[in-house]
Amino acid sequence: MDISFDLTIAWALLLAFAVYVYVALDGFDLGIGILYPFFPEKRDRDLLMNSVAPVWDGNETWLVLGGGGLFAAFPLAYAIIMPAVYPLIIAMLLALIFRGVAFEFRFRAEHRWAQKLWDGAFIGGSVLAAFVQGVILGALLQGIEVDGRAYGGGWWDWLTPFTQVCGLAVVCGYALLGACWLNIKVEGAIQARVRRLARIAALLTVGFIVAVSLWTPFLDPAYFERWLGWPDILKVAAVPIVVAVLILALGRALLREGRDWLPLGLALALFLLCFIGLGVSMWPYVIPPSVTIWDAASPFKSQLFMFVGAVVLVPIILAYTGYAYWVFRGKLDPEQGYH
Amino acid sequence: MDTFLGLDALMLARIQFGFTIAFHFIFPAFTIGLASYLAVLNGIYLWTKDSRYLDLFSYWVKIFAITFAMGVVSGIVMSYQFGTNWSVFSDRAGPIIGPLMAYEVLTAFFLEAGFLGIMLFGRDRVGPALHMTACLMVAAGTAISATWILSVNSWMHTPVGFAMGDNGQFLPQDWWAIVFNPSFPYRLAHTLIAAYLATAFIVGGVGAWHLLRRRADAHGVRKMYSMAMWMALLVAPLQIVAGHEQGLNTLEYQPPKIMAMEGHFESHENGIPLVLLGLPNQEEGRVDYKIEIPRVGGLILGQGWNGSMAGLDTVPDALEPPVAVVFWSFRVMVGLGLLMLAVGLWSGWARWRGTLYTDRWLHRASVLMAPAGLVAIIAGWITTEVGRQPFTVYGEMMTADSASPIAASAVGASLMAFIVIYFAVFGAGILYILRLMWYPPHRREPDAKSEPGPIRTAGSTPAQQVEESTSQPAE
Ligand code: HDD
Ligand code: HEM
Ligand code: HEM
Repeated sequence: MDISFDLTIAWALLLAFAVYVYVALDGFDLGIGILYPFFPEKRDRDLLMNSVAPVWDGNETWLVLGGGGLFAAFPLAYAIIMPAVYPLIIAMLLALIFRGVAFEFRFRAEHRWAQKLWDGAFIGGSVLAAFVQGVILGALLQGIEVDGRAYGGGWWDWLTPFTQVCGLAVVCGYALLGACWLNIKVEGAIQARVRRLARIAALLTVGFIVAVSLWTPFLDPAYFERWLGWPDILKVAAVPIVVAVLILALGRALLREGRDWLPLGLALALFLLCFIGLGVSMWPYVIPPSVTIWDAASPFKSQLFMFVGAVVLVPIILAYTGYAYWVFRGKLDPEQGYH
Repeated sequence: MDTFLGLDALMLARIQFGFTIAFHFIFPAFTIGLASYLAVLNGIYLWTKDSRYLDLFSYWVKIFAITFAMGVVSGIVMSYQFGTNWSVFSDRAGPIIGPLMAYEVLTAFFLEAGFLGIMLFGRDRVGPALHMTACLMVAAGTAISATWILSVNSWMHTPVGFAMGDNGQFLPQDWWAIVFNPSFPYRLAHTLIAAYLATAFIVGGVGAWHLLRRRADAHGVRKMYSMAMWMALLVAPLQIVAGHEQGLNTLEYQPPKIMAMEGHFESHENGIPLVLLGLPNQEEGRVDYKIEIPRVGGLILGQGWNGSMAGLDTVPDALEPPVAVVFWSFRVMVGLGLLMLAVGLWSGWARWRGTLYTDRWLHRASVLMAPAGLVAIIAGWITTEVGRQPFTVYGEMMTADSASPIAASAVGASLMAFIVIYFAVFGAGILYILRLMWYPPHRREPDAKSEPGPIRTAGSTPAQQVEESTSQPAE
């Protein structure tokens, strides 16, 4: 029984890892879609899209692992959360359809209007998917009502000011990641524009991080205790302090030229810290305020069976995914494809 | 009771699942076959340096990229369908099917996605050997994916290796038995062959179309047609054998499904007839206007000339599947299977006579049969899935007890959204594919990378690429 206790924690960590990797990777390619409106020229848009075309599918697969992993390791949580945020999930899936096919369709469209249409699908799909992911996160954080082994709340419980702010926060955050990614991939005048956008996105993101962080402790007394209660505050205070340091470093990196990869690195670190903060708030619940990871865990045999595979396969996946990124490294050549 | 357009939430959830998976499966069926075909083309090109194969590769890889993208986005919908509309099923069966699907993600989806970029855009960046490896990885990924998901689905048809938990969950006892459950090998063989066969008929249809339009001189069209017709000739008979074997397996584990497929409302004591056609009348428990051959059914089902078999009269009404749907979808599949066999044999005959590239009636038939494989696949799945009703986990869990506690209006609204968006978006994608097919492959066909496509990804040229590109044949 001891081992199964540990496995449940291991699965929670593994899933958290999958979700973080998803946010880090799909974050920047959804971010490209969010930034699209600021690059109205077809030529620039081609370049932007080509910066993620070889990798977006792999990025999105982490979402499948997140959902599939939740289903496998915590089936009860999956069975409660999905109906609770039903319209949001449907909206996210449809948004991902639009933006996913846009990668191919945009270049197949013969007429200008059709191309504009798929550009619109790419923008709308990216913005909506990012927003909805934020709202889902907010809905989870503010708590889901459970009745027996099923969702017990109403259909619009997720619609609160808090969740909307979370949605906007994620849109800005992804835009920041997208701009930082482009900063690595493009050069010249367009890079200067990208950096300007990155600064604006960084400011907005920081604003939202502060807002959500200040709001969270007041959602639930348990959160308040954890963040502001004595002596817990001594332990968790490291999180906001490191966040502040990272924000300063990010600002510096965005104002200076050179070291193109640094802003993305710092932005990802910032996301990681926020993610850890989220973990501090929720632990050990998978559905606050009532279902813990142990309540929702699938039986030991299920977790063990998958764990063996995951331990072997995740490093292999990371290796060849890294290789694919390596193959397509370097600045994009805007002249490519115009021959 | 709460309804939407007169349908309750359960019925709407069923329609939604059937609609989204049928749409999804059209794409994987084609990508499974096409990925292998592309790997073969690339391999032959590298081996023979015959540029026709490279041109065919470049031609089909563009179609592959579009199909693949549609397969991915419609697949992501599927992985969330279980939670949104079938949450009770997810909670109870999750401990068993969840891990299998997680393995699918870990072993297949990442593999496909990780190497797809290199396959599509990387030929010049990584060199021929690694590019070939990428093609093989993508092809392997599609087949591995099919293996896991079919294991899941087969377990729902022939559930074994579990104990029932106090909280109503299916608890895994023996993973080996679960993965290799009794219907899995049959279903895997039949479905994989189906994917290859369906792809062969699409490729053959496109080849025949260009032969008919007198593009026979066009680069590679003859090669493509010839390759496809070899597949049709060799694989169509194999598929019939595989389907037959699967039928025998189903007779053993899900006899009511066979009764519905064969239209046996009444039991037979001495000799089982083969019902060819008729109108199943479930209310009255008989097949109207029945055309049947006496005793042959017994031979097919392995019961012999004088065999006996229980009919649906032995099954409680509440446990009968909807007979007409199963009966007809089965006939559509088998009918198309026989037609495919006929086309395969015809092409073999024409090849023997030396008229493979000139027999215009054969080409017309091939064009007509291009979608036959996909239609047969959907018909086959309808047979299997509807025949399993009223259960989701056969004999253990009813479909009616599987659905989420969601209002009919919510399920109905999302169903409407899926229908509208699927037809609009995937309809556009299918049109783009048809437009690519409209033109024959050209000499030095631009591939996904050099043509205006999402694929102009390149960046600075890595040093190693310069050496490698010189080692490539300059045609
Ligand atoms: C026999 C084959 C087969 C069957 C029955 C299914 N699929 Fe599928 N699926 C594939 C074969 C496949 C594939 C060939 O592997 C695809 C097609 C294109 C692709 O990218 O992979 C795929 C894609 C695909 C993806 C996207 C993967 C990615 O991000 O790359 C998901 C999430 C699913 N599927 C999930 C499902 C679920 C939940 C199914 C059942 C309910 C299902 N599929 C039925
Ligand atoms: C791609 C191939 C598949 C096709 C075309 C297909 C088709 C269908 C159809 C038409 C139904 C509706 C039956 C009815 O309601 O009367 C159905 C039901 C169902 N199928 Fe499949 N299926 C496929 C694969 C799968 C797989 C791989 C799984 C499991 C992982 C699965 C799980 C289910 C479930 C849970 C239902 C129950 C819901 C219901 O009764 O509608 N199916 N399927
Ligand atoms: C003509 C001979 C054929 C026979 C006798 C045959 C037999 C069968 C049977 C008995 C089933 C039901 C399995 C079950 O009970 O669960 C089935 C399902 C199916 N068939 Fe066929 N089939 C034939 C041709 C084809 C062809 C030509 C295709 C497609 C190209 C096809 C694709 C499928 C698929 C996708 C399924 C559902 C998945 C499965 O359960 O394997 N079949 N077939």
